[in-house]
Amino acid sequence: MDVEILSRIQFAFTIAFHYIYPPLSIGLGLLMVIMESQYIRTGKKEYETLAKFWTKIFGLTFGVGVATGIVMEFEFGTNWATYSRFVGDVFGSALAAEGIFAFALESGFLGILLFGWNRVKPWVHLVSTVGVFAGSMFSAIWIVVANSWQQTPAGYHIVSTGIETRAEITDFWAMVFNPSSMDRLMHVWFGAFIAGAFLVMSVHAYYLLTNRHVEISKKAFKLALVVATVFSIGQLVSGHHSANGVAENQPAKLAAFEGHFEAEAPADMYILGWVDKEEQKVTGLKMKGGLSFLLHYDFDTPVTGLNAFPEDERPPAVNAVFQFYHIMVTIGMLLIALTLLGCFMWWRGKLFNRPWILWIFTIAVLLPQISNQLGWFAAEMGRQPWVVYGLLRTTDALSVSVSENQVLFSLILFFVIYSILFLLFLYLLDKKIRHGPYSEIPDEGRSLQSDMADVVSRK
Amino acid sequence: MEKFLGFDYPTLWFLVIGGLFTGYAILDGFDFGAGAWHLFFKKERNRRIALNAIGPVWDGNEVWLVIGGGALFAGFPVMYASLFSAMYIPFILFLVFIIFRAVSIEFRSKEEMNWWRKMWDISYSISSTMLAFLLGVVLGNVLQGISIGEDFQYHGDGFFEFLNPYALMVGITTLALFMTHGAIYLLMKTEGRMYEKLTALLRNGMIFFIVSFSITTLYTLLYIPHLSDTFKSEKLYFIIPLLAFLSIANIPRLVSKKKYRMAFIFSSLTMSFLLILVAVELFPTLLYSTIDPSFDITIYNAASSEKALSIMLTIAAIGTPLVLIYTIFVYSTFKGKVQLDDTSY
Ligand code: HDD
Ligand code: HEM
Ligand code: HEM
Repeated sequence: MDVEILSRIQFAFTIAFHYIYPPLSIGLGLLMVIMESQYIRTGKKEYETLAKFWTKIFGLTFGVGVATGIVMEFEFGTNWATYSRFVGDVFGSALAAEGIFAFALESGFLGILLFGWNRVKPWVHLVSTVGVFAGSMFSAIWIVVANSWQQTPAGYHIVSTGIETRAEITDFWAMVFNPSSMDRLMHVWFGAFIAGAFLVMSVHAYYLLTNRHVEISKKAFKLALVVATVFSIGQLVSGHHSANGVAENQPAKLAAFEGHFEAEAPADMYILGWVDKEEQKVTGLKMKGGLSFLLHYDFDTPVTGLNAFPEDERPPAVNAVFQFYHIMVTIGMLLIALTLLGCFMWWRGKLFNRPWILWIFTIAVLLPQISNQLGWFAAEMGRQPWVVYGLLRTTDALSVSVSENQVLFSLILFFVIYSILFLLFLYLLDKKIRHGPYSEIPDEGRSLQSDMADVVSRK
Repeated sequence: MEKFLGFDYPTLWFLVIGGLFTGYAILDGFDFGAGAWHLFFKKERNRRIALNAIGPVWDGNEVWLVIGGGALFAGFPVMYASLFSAMYIPFILFLVFIIFRAVSIEFRSKEEMNWWRKMWDISYSISSTMLAFLLGVVLGNVLQGISIGEDFQYHGDGFFEFLNPYALMVGITTLALFMTHGAIYLLMKTEGRMYEKLTALLRNGMIFFIVSFSITTLYTLLYIPHLSDTFKSEKLYFIIPLLAFLSIANIPRLVSKKKYRMAFIFSSLTMSFLLILVAVELFPTLLYSTIDPSFDITIYNAASSEKALSIMLTIAAIGTPLVLIYTIFVYSTFKGKVQLDDTSY
């Protein structure tokens, strides 16, 4: 294998792993803000217990997210040096803004969020929770802006200085509001809220099934169900918006999403399918002219297909992109159906006494995770062979000085460490969930213990 | 060329990034240092106190690295790309240890078992030690220069070229400095028996630092002419190492008077002076080429456009006060000696 393949695998692997955690942190952040505000508004102890419980789980996802995020930041330089030189002028501002506006805010307030329960007033604590949540939302903004700039570059010009060619920024706001950034930001945020809400529902559905923490779990489940319903529906709207944007700005990608080969013809939409790239055929269940309709509200309007592009400007892995995209959309539809069903049963008062629905919600936590991952894979693989769309090819973006052995070494290292990390994460998550929202030691006992600790440490 | 406060933009960014790295060294320096001492504490309770002394702040400290890295990427993309790809192995190892450190802190307290805690203690301490060392190794390579070619690419070979004697020495010196700094931080945060132990540890740390620092300085003066030349041409610059030396010498005096906060300020000052020393030696070069001086990466051939630099200056001007506000807020919430409670690690 050569450096390019290895570096691509390494990047995809490390970022896909990173992306397990931030959506959970962002989504849980939203729910923690809601729970804690409920506590302050109503003064009910249950909400405080819930907020504390989810804060602990948040601490876990956040910790792993931070540890794996730093890898991403360094990898641009280590593995994609030519790319870094090319984009630094434009991309750097977004990354620097992320550090200073988002991460500093997040990790600044994180200390108080996790360790400050006994130290600051409840409203100050709420402010810290909001700060951490806002920070995590901001970090999504800047990183998605940077990535969207790669998909649909804007606000730059190309300069050659001696041996290097690079993009230089000409208009900051045009870079920030490039054609795809806002659509994709919404989609990423919503995806994160859905992921967080489904985790909360999963855990509390499990408690309800096993008859533990019943009252508190009903409260939490309902909160999360509302969030999940709203954003699952929102996700369809925002995804549709994204698709329109892709049609306009990255037609080759959209053609790959739907396996549409003919250069100029009405395009179908597949529910399920398999793409044969050699034969340029898709077999599967389709809606004739469906894609044309979604884009132009007319079944017969032609849509640009893959053959309209030179061979070396088409995404190579058409079938994979097609599958990833379709699984994401299918799951999206499923989530809408599931959350609406949940709401319906809640309305009829049957939600908490029908075990089967609780079982479904216990397992459904995996669906948003899969969608989030596959959405990125579709978006990023559909962008190939470009690393910066239309400007820089992935093949040309590598670090020239890095050798195959070095990348192989690091890839194996990351693989081993991340596997261990993932197992530990699951183990500790499981343990926290088993342990539940209440401390085993009763409240009085615990405070006595910590009083003693204080007395001892203060002499 | 556009100027701001009398500096051209690349110089200004050189200063900003220097400031960020200095801030990073001071902040993560104390928690790497504290981590390097960790195994010297034998009792569970002391280990917990040591860990919780950095508990609420280490993640925030690490953000300085993220911001510094982002600023380097944005301000001097050529330097970011060339340095990181040239130093591939040390940076990958650095990442590995940073992951281990983070998860050791997070996971240690999650189980009661002795072996579990011991395992994470060891992993935490080794990774803290290695992080300090690797930072120094990279600095050593930057100071000494690496084989940068005409295309700004690294043309050296081998997995282990970064482990040359000079880099090793700078690595060890950095470790010693961080350990001294970390011990002072812990002294500020602890009481009782642990505190007596720390006083002894601090003494050893300082001796370790002074010895390794002297050797490194001697080596620099003798074998790395491009660094010492700056000083030979401008005698006034000798004031910086002198100041660094004076502020180190001040630390034992302050410690014996139990003025830990002052001692901490002085060890931070020492670090600042040493990094100013580095900056003066380098400027305006960022990375020396050992192949041909005309291939040196400098702040001028590595910088982003003035437009980009001015945008980021605006970002920094808005962001910095915000960062300062919440940093102060957090440190004041957790000021004073460590108290363990049910939310601690
Ligand atoms: C700001 C930049 C940025 C952001 C936010 C993301 N990516 Fe990306 N991604 C890149 C910048 C990038 C890149 C540096 O541009 C890569 C490396 C090689 C390439 O072709 O593009 C890339 C490649 C890449 C590949 C490999 C594609 C291929 O080689 O065929 C995958 C699967 C992903 N990414 C997945 C993700 C996921 C799951 C993300 C969600 C967090 C994500 N990316 C966010
Ligand atoms: C290549 C792309 C990415 C890079 C370079 C990157 C970089 C980082 C870094 C350096 C950190 C640690 C910050 C700290 O020390 O506190 C981090 C954490 C985080 N990142 Fe990423 N990241 C990337 C992709 C993403 C994406 C796509 C999202 C979200 C949509 C995201 C959201 C977050 C969040 C919320 C955190 C805080 C930790 C957590 O919540 O798990 N990141 N990232
Ligand atoms: C409901 C139907 C959905 C549609 C029509 C849809 C549509 C799209 C489209 C067109 C893209 C590519 C955007 C681009 O390349 O610029 C995309 C990407 C993505 N999707 Fe979806 N999506 C849907 C559901 C979901 C769900 C349920 C999730 C996760 C919970 C999700 C997560 C993602 C993510 C993370 C990306 C990558 C980021 C991006 O490019 O915006 N999607 N989606």
